[in-house]
Amino acid sequence: MTDTSMHAGEGTVIRKTQRRWGESFIQGWLKACAGISIFTTAAIVILLVVESLGFFQNVSPIEFFFGTRWVPLLEPSSYGVLPLLWGTMLVTVGAAVIAIPTGLASAVYLSEYASDRVRRWAKPLLELLAGIPTVVYGYFALTFVTPMLKVILPDIQVFNALSAAIVVGIMILPTIATLSDNALRAVPVSLRQAAYALGATSYEVTTRVVVPAGLSGIMASFLLAISRAIGETMAVTIAAGQTPNLSLSMLESIQTMTAYIVQVSLGDTPSGGIAYQTLFAVGMVLFAITLIINIISQWILSRFREVYD
Amino acid sequence: MSAPETELQRNHDEAVLELQEVSVLYSGKPAVKKVSCQIYKNKITAIIGPSGCGKSTLLRSLNRMNDFVDGVSIEGRLMFAGQDLYGKDVDPVEVRRHIGMVFQKPNPFPKSIYNNIAWGPSINGYTGSMDELVERSLSQAALWDEVKDRLHDSALNLSGGQQQRLCIARALAMEPQVLLMDEPCSALDPISTAHIEDLMFELKSRYTIVIVTHNMQQAARISDYTAFMEMGHLIEFGETDQIFTRPNVKRTEEYVTGRFG
Repeated sequence: MTDTSMHAGEGTVIRKTQRRWGESFIQGWLKACAGISIFTTAAIVILLVVESLGFFQNVSPIEFFFGTRWVPLLEPSSYGVLPLLWGTMLVTVGAAVIAIPTGLASAVYLSEYASDRVRRWAKPLLELLAGIPTVVYGYFALTFVTPMLKVILPDIQVFNALSAAIVVGIMILPTIATLSDNALRAVPVSLRQAAYALGATSYEVTTRVVVPAGLSGIMASFLLAISRAIGETMAVTIAAGQTPNLSLSMLESIQTMTAYIVQVSLGDTPSGGIAYQTLFAVGMVLFAITLIINIISQWILSRFREVYD
Repeated sequence: MSAPETELQRNHDEAVLELQEVSVLYSGKPAVKKVSCQIYKNKITAIIGPSGCGKSTLLRSLNRMNDFVDGVSIEGRLMFAGQDLYGKDVDPVEVRRHIGMVFQKPNPFPKSIYNNIAWGPSINGYTGSMDELVERSLSQAALWDEVKDRLHDSALNLSGGQQQRLCIARALAMEPQVLLMDEPCSALDPISTAHIEDLMFELKSRYTIVIVTHNMQQAARISDYTAFMEMGHLIEFGETDQIFTRPNVKRTEEYVTGRFG
């Protein structure tokens, strides 16, 4: 017969701590996976630093950072990184000029004006832009954008900074649009209601309450997109050419830091020489720039989380 | 509802808003059903009733805040200063300039105290002295003495009760004719609640107030008129004394005496 009057807890045995082997195994495995990415990052940084130090034993940092000629592969060689930095900057600034207004406008439209139905198909479509392989963007620039530009600007070279900037701009647009949209949608509805209840129009609510409240998230999206543009490789290698150039004109061929790395990596530069070491020095500069930008944007984002509490 | 009308014919208060068979429908489903009543000038009108009775929905229809809800539609007429608020050529933005609102949860802008007050007047082209307006609004909301030395601090550093008084001051800065309050004390502690109730008494001489509250003691304490709603219907409307002491409808009596709801 069942004892229905049994006291709660009576007859319950709490077992001693047991080793759950399956759990320990999975925990260890997860730890190892996380470890791999940390190890890889650390290894890359160490490699960059060590090889760059080797480079700076042969070339003075002053020549590297302030020299205005980049001729590493031919005699007489010269290792001024400024033309490469300039090339990267030209493409990045051009891309930002295109992508920031367009991306922010798309985000404002998606978050504040689009109906749910429009949003449902427009946002994935926009995100699709981010899924197109960058090499396709490169050929798009070379075979479509440049010929189009030639109609308006007959002086344009086959390889030029402008077409590269345009396609990189298109490429980073979804990053800005999606992240800014998220930032705008994170602004509480109660703030919008407060503004509407004070007799504000939609435009005033958007520009004077929602965008300022989401500003740090928006700024972070700009910085992340810019760091993507700086690191962009394939499209600029194809579209902008291989000519280190300190020219102001975007119609001429230039070379970005990334395109230089591609050029040397693909060539038969013997390992160990100065030319080979330039790879790491340039890579180091590239890494430092994107790292700084990412840190700034993370810092902005973490501030942004505190805004409404 | 013909019963309340005989009750109201006796008084000589001036109506600011007149609801004529107002229904609010969400995707065709009525949440407020043919409500008729008047909101009197310089009086506090409380709307009470159990959760989900449509009291907040009704309140939000008074300054067209329901316009932002998908699938909402309004029937009947809502007369304000001789115009139907839902008339064809009425700009809802303009409506909200005259009929302000304070929400359930304090919702200050993430800006300074000063800019919270100045925001509404500045977008609406206020040309007078902003400093004076800020001081006047904060004083009216009984907040000036507490914040006058830190007007440029973030409004988010204020306590909940202070934030709610800031939101009231922000609404007052627009000098609205009517102030709608949607359960303004529900997120506040008893002391802050008492502050706000005192404040409403003060404000009555200048503004007309409509407050939704689920706190019957509060309605009895502060209001001049009370509307009791249930399941979208206005069951009874009358002077607060009468509603709480001699209600005409059995349901009202049961609700205000706490027998249900």
